[in-house]
Amino acid sequence: MADELFRALSDRTRRIILDELVQKSGQTLFEICSRLSMKHRLAISRQGVSQHLAVLEAAGLVRSRREGRYKYHDLNTAPLRHITERWPAPDAPEPEEKTP
Amino acid sequence: MRIHLTSIFVDDQAKALKFYTEVLGFVKKHDVPVGEQDRWLTVVSSDEPGGTELLLEPAGHPAVKPYRDALVEDGIPLAQFAVDDVHAEYERMSALGVRFTQEPLEMGPVTTAVFDDTCGNLIQISTQPQ
Repeated sequence: MADELFRALSDRTRRIILDELVQKSGQTLFEICSRLSMKHRLAISRQGVSQHLAVLEAAGLVRSRREGRYKYHDLNTAPLRHITERWPAPDAPEPEEKTP
Repeated sequence: MRIHLTSIFVDDQAKALKFYTEVLGFVKKHDVPVGEQDRWLTVVSSDEPGGTELLLEPAGHPAVKPYRDALVEDGIPLAQFAVDDVHAEYERMSALGVRFTQEPLEMGPVTTAVFDDTCGNLIQISTQPQ
C-alpha cells in the first residue's frame, strides 16, 4: 500500500492530475486529457493518461465510477493520511507552498 | 477541396432530427428516403444554410455500437460545434434536460463543454476568441 502510494506521488504528471481533480472531482478521461494539454501544455497521449490513472487508482488516490454510459474519476485523498500518521506534522500552521 | 458534409451516427433518425433542430437549433436541409426505413437526413446551421451539412446517419452497422460505447465511456466527443457563448448554451441546454459530461471549462483562450446528444454520441461545444 505504502509503496503504491509513494510511487503514485513520485510523478509530476500524476500530481498535476490530482491538482486538477481537487478543482473538480468527477472528470471523464477526455476532460483530464483536455486539462493536461490545454492548461498545462503537457504532450501526453490518452493512453499515457490512462496509465497514470491506473497507477493513481492502484494507490487508492483516484476512484473511477460508472454512471450510465460514462466513466468518471473522483479524487480520494484518504490514503494521504498514512503519510501524516507515519510522520506527524507539528501543530503549528504550515507555510503555504505550492510546488507541482 | 472543401468539407461539404460530415456525418454522425444516430440511434434513431426521427429522434435525432427532433434533438438537432429543436434543442440545438439546426435546420433540416435534406430528407430523402433510402432503402426500406432509412433516410438521407441532413441538417445545417441556421446561420449558414449553404454551409457544411451534418448527416444524421443510421447507427445500424454492428461496428458502431462498440466504437461509440468505448468513446462515450471515456467522455470523448464525436463532433464539435462552435457557439458564441459556451456558458450561456450550458445554462440553456441544461434547463432543457440535456446531460453534460463536462461542464464549461476555460482553458486559456478556449472554453469547451461536452454533452450527450441523446442519440448515442457526445458532442463538444467550444468558443474561441476571434
